[in-house]
Amino acid sequence: MTFLAHIRLATCAMIFLAMMVSAPAVAQKLGPDGAPNPTASVTSERNLLEQFPRAEGRIDIPDTKAAVLIQPAGRTWDYFHEVLLHWGGAIVILGTIALLGLAYLILGRLRITAGRSGQKVLRFRAFERFSHWLTAVSFVMLGLTGLNITFGKIVLLPVIGPEAFSDLSQLAKYVHNFTSFSFVAGLLLIIAIFFKDNIPERVDLEWLKQGGGFIKNKHAPASRFNPGEKAVYWLSLAAGIAVSVSGFVLLFPFFGTNIADMQIAQIIHAVVAMLFIALILGHIYIGTLGMEGAFEAMGTGDVDLNWAKEHHDLWLARKLASEDRQVRPTATPAE
Amino acid sequence: MARMKFLCDADRCIDCNACVTACKNENEVPWGINRRRVVTINDGKPGERSVSMACMHCTDAPCAAVCPVTCIYPTEDGIVLHSKDLCIGCGYCFYACPFGAPQYPKVGNFGSRGKMDKCTYCAGGGGAEAPGSAEEFEKYGSNRFGEGKLPLCAEMCSTKSLLAGDGDVIAQIYKERVLKRGYGSGAWGWMTAYHEGIEV
Repeated sequence: MTFLAHIRLATCAMIFLAMMVSAPAVAQKLGPDGAPNPTASVTSERNLLEQFPRAEGRIDIPDTKAAVLIQPAGRTWDYFHEVLLHWGGAIVILGTIALLGLAYLILGRLRITAGRSGQKVLRFRAFERFSHWLTAVSFVMLGLTGLNITFGKIVLLPVIGPEAFSDLSQLAKYVHNFTSFSFVAGLLLIIAIFFKDNIPERVDLEWLKQGGGFIKNKHAPASRFNPGEKAVYWLSLAAGIAVSVSGFVLLFPFFGTNIADMQIAQIIHAVVAMLFIALILGHIYIGTLGMEGAFEAMGTGDVDLNWAKEHHDLWLARKLASEDRQVRPTATPAE
Repeated sequence: MARMKFLCDADRCIDCNACVTACKNENEVPWGINRRRVVTINDGKPGERSVSMACMHCTDAPCAAVCPVTCIYPTEDGIVLHSKDLCIGCGYCFYACPFGAPQYPKVGNFGSRGKMDKCTYCAGGGGAEAPGSAEEFEKYGSNRFGEGKLPLCAEMCSTKSLLAGDGDVIAQIYKERVLKRGYGSGAWGWMTAYHEGIEV
């Protein structure tokens, strides 16, 4: 029985202690004049922002986004935009340009080893070239006007002054917004036209093993597109879709989105765009300066027979076989 | 040098929207633009509080930092002003603003928001117009500040919930209130806007 008595005593003591502790809590609910403290049940701003990313409430005006009272994430987005994006974007783009410059110094222009044959093979049909250049011209316009929004105030504003820069940026904004449509059209065409030839295949491994044609005296076999081109295709497809979707979200602000969605859309748009620009800089380099005989594939559509042999032997073989005849000498020799 | 701030004592705000009306009338703000608004937290529940909110004229204003044409800047009194001549209506200031202060005359699809408009602390505009001129009023609204007056929203507040003026002075007024009445739900937005709360 002494055991039970002990428990009873302990329980009483705990209840007493609990009352002692809770007494000040009750007292806190009363003001100095004895009136109940009206803020006792108020959620403080700190609590609110610890529980939710934003403090939101009811609003009397039709503008629903005004119901967000405080969104500290705005400062985070400011940090992303002014610090991370500026440094990250500058490093990615200038770094890519530096790497390409280095590649040019070390590797130089990749020549057609056997020299030009003077015979031409059709590589890209007119409609394929149209799709490419529609996307390409749109991309360059979007890239320049987009970079202006991020870097213009650092690079261009001090040179041309605030009024001219403002007028230019306003124009650039509209160019950016409306060129998006031709870019998406071109992107969809490219995705559809080149899809089949960009599916990875077994020979791609062999191409990689042979150093992708960058190592002299090693032949890297490839079909219509080699793994490098396939990488550009698939990365452009992914990046293109990401910038297009996020871009359209930004084009229709707060259309089914809230402030956090808009910030995320802008972050995705900016980050993907910077990487996309770096990728396309590499694409432009290898298609112009980096390789002899590459540009004319998208320029006139015809490539030199020896170029095709060296870079796309399997494609050439299949093409010649399907044409079921020898390559005709063209009426006008190249160069 | 004074550092101008706003402080809304949420324990006094009765959601009467007189500050909103005063702002719209004093500045002749176009239809659809609300430089100031009252948001009610926990509407209809115990502990409901209303807070009157406009531009807080932040320290290290994020809107000014993200503006691609740098048209937003703080004055020497800490008031954040902008030039509508330079604004390109990109909407970035709204994404960066912790308080939803920037307003645009249009919905903004295809980048057609128009020039940003926001609370100017009744201090006119940040453009080239002469202070107190009709051109300045047309574009930015009233310049009471140039006449030595404080923003009309705070001046008209029926319960003196909304305080405007030098940050140290209004913080002191708020502290005394809290000490006297014994409670206070804090200076809403101060941590985010000015990197400091008001310790009582």
